[in-house]
Amino acid sequence: MSLSAQDIERIAHLARIRVSPDEVAQVQAKLEGIFKLIDDMQSVNTQGVEPMSHGLDMVLRLRDDAVTEVNQREKFQSNAPAAADGYFLVPKVIE
Amino acid sequence: MNWEVVIGLETHVQLTTASKIFSGSSTAFGAAPNTQASVVDLAMPGALPVMNKGAAERAVKFGLAIGANINRRSIFARKNYFYPDLPKGYQISQFETPIVQGGGLTITLDDGSTKFIELTRAHLEEDAGKSVHEQFDHESGVDLNRAGTPLLEIVTEPVMRSGKEAIAYAKALHNLVRYLDICDGNMQEGSFRCDVNVSVRPMGQKEFGTRREIKNLNSFKFMQQAIDYEVRWQIEQIEDGKKIVQATVLFNPDTGETRAMRTKEDAMDYRYFPDPDLPPLVIDDAMFDRIKASMPELPESKCARYMNEFKLSEYDARLLSQDRATSEFFETAVNAKADPKLVANWMLGELSASLNREEKTIEQSPIRPSQLAKLVIRVADGTLNNKKAKELLDHLWTAPPIAATFNMTLPAPTFGLAATVAPRQTEETDIDDVIEAKGLKQISDVGAIEKIVDEVLAKSSAQIADYKSGKEKALMSIVGMVMKASAGKANPAQVNELVKKKLS
Repeated sequence: MSLSAQDIERIAHLARIRVSPDEVAQVQAKLEGIFKLIDDMQSVNTQGVEPMSHGLDMVLRLRDDAVTEVNQREKFQSNAPAAADGYFLVPKVIE
Repeated sequence: MNWEVVIGLETHVQLTTASKIFSGSSTAFGAAPNTQASVVDLAMPGALPVMNKGAAERAVKFGLAIGANINRRSIFARKNYFYPDLPKGYQISQFETPIVQGGGLTITLDDGSTKFIELTRAHLEEDAGKSVHEQFDHESGVDLNRAGTPLLEIVTEPVMRSGKEAIAYAKALHNLVRYLDICDGNMQEGSFRCDVNVSVRPMGQKEFGTRREIKNLNSFKFMQQAIDYEVRWQIEQIEDGKKIVQATVLFNPDTGETRAMRTKEDAMDYRYFPDPDLPPLVIDDAMFDRIKASMPELPESKCARYMNEFKLSEYDARLLSQDRATSEFFETAVNAKADPKLVANWMLGELSASLNREEKTIEQSPIRPSQLAKLVIRVADGTLNNKKAKELLDHLWTAPPIAATFNMTLPAPTFGLAATVAPRQTEETDIDDVIEAKGLKQISDVGAIEKIVDEVLAKSSAQIADYKSGKEKALMSIVGMVMKASAGKANPAQVNELVKKKLS
């Protein structure tokens, strides 16, 4: 599968990763390598093999519904860039 | 041109677990910001989610109630997007293999007709946090107390054809999740949030029109207004030769209008993939059977049982079974040995009128089920006539002998008629005391009634003449006077009979 420079820009935007114009070609080559790997895997015959959603053959462990956490807000906000009145502060989000 | 409306709903139902879906933080509403957010909810590096069994159980319960297919093996996926109230940069949800698929529920419309609404799916996911934009001048505040609250997102097929159907479905779903006790149904607090997908198409056209999704509807009234407005707006656009652009719109309750929030051109690509932190959720046989055995009796079967067992009309049975609090009130009164038909009449008549007048729900009724039962018993045994029973009800309403209101901490209803609340001796005595103290007792003593009848007849020569000349109405007038003379306490049937006998 070949990717265009536009694809790279779109993927970078979705992942919120800044890719400067002179990096595009390099990222493009690397990503194409990954897609090649996927293509190789796709060519393996998996007929009769049940699809897995997880690398390990295990099931989800369930915990009982009980409140076990206590308020540690002060600790958690001590290394936040900004906090006030109990809120974490972020640059204004315009709706 | 005639237009057809096409509606589908996505409802976010907040599950009633004590703790969050993937952490041990509390889900209680209204706590100070960020006091119920743990390392998992804050997405601290290395913190891993551990699934809450209670959330899975509630999802299965819902699936069983709507006759859906329960995927005994379902998959959690990451839905990736960036927003400050989503610290991980993804929401844990279910995508390709949700826990519940298919099923549906039957709605009843105003004209009494019914319609089956097919569901596409219901999947488990975590809620995001909340952002506040007004409180700070140059920043937005983020509160992550809600982050990680368990949600069941319930999605219908686009099968509704009017706003009325959509509201009927939303109400039926609202009732059902409360019946199942998997959601508290509080719309103001956001425990039950509906997004409505609306499109229109020329009548007879096969293809769907372009849809717009209305968000932010926190009451059924707003939902109705928003749909009505949106439908009118879309038809006008098309009739003006404009195209509908797929978009998410917000309803403004102040103006009653919907307005586009974002169009699908900048639609997000969520890049779902299975969450490597969470292996498949498996509902094993033991868990499945245990949930199945714990299912409460649902409105449909309750309704049928009321008709069979208590010989109620379908209309009354439906009204009494459609919400859980009403059905529990009814069954508690019936268990206290009151006649079911009379209880039904009093609940749907006087009690319901009083509740409506004061805009109270049945849970807030000052009259307890055991009190209504006792009242009904006293009507049935002739102690009270209807008029005096009504007076008693009014008296209990304003000055209840027991201060407590009927509260909803009853055990889960069972399929049979297990006693929910035993009649309390004190309340029974109180009611008889009130009847005695207020002199509400019906006079059924023939001698006493005859005396009053004679007195009235002695003064009613005109009416007697009318009656004898064939005017039936005159009889009613005489009976009325006797009732009045007895201060409403005489047994009306006896009075009627006596007067007739005396005039024959």
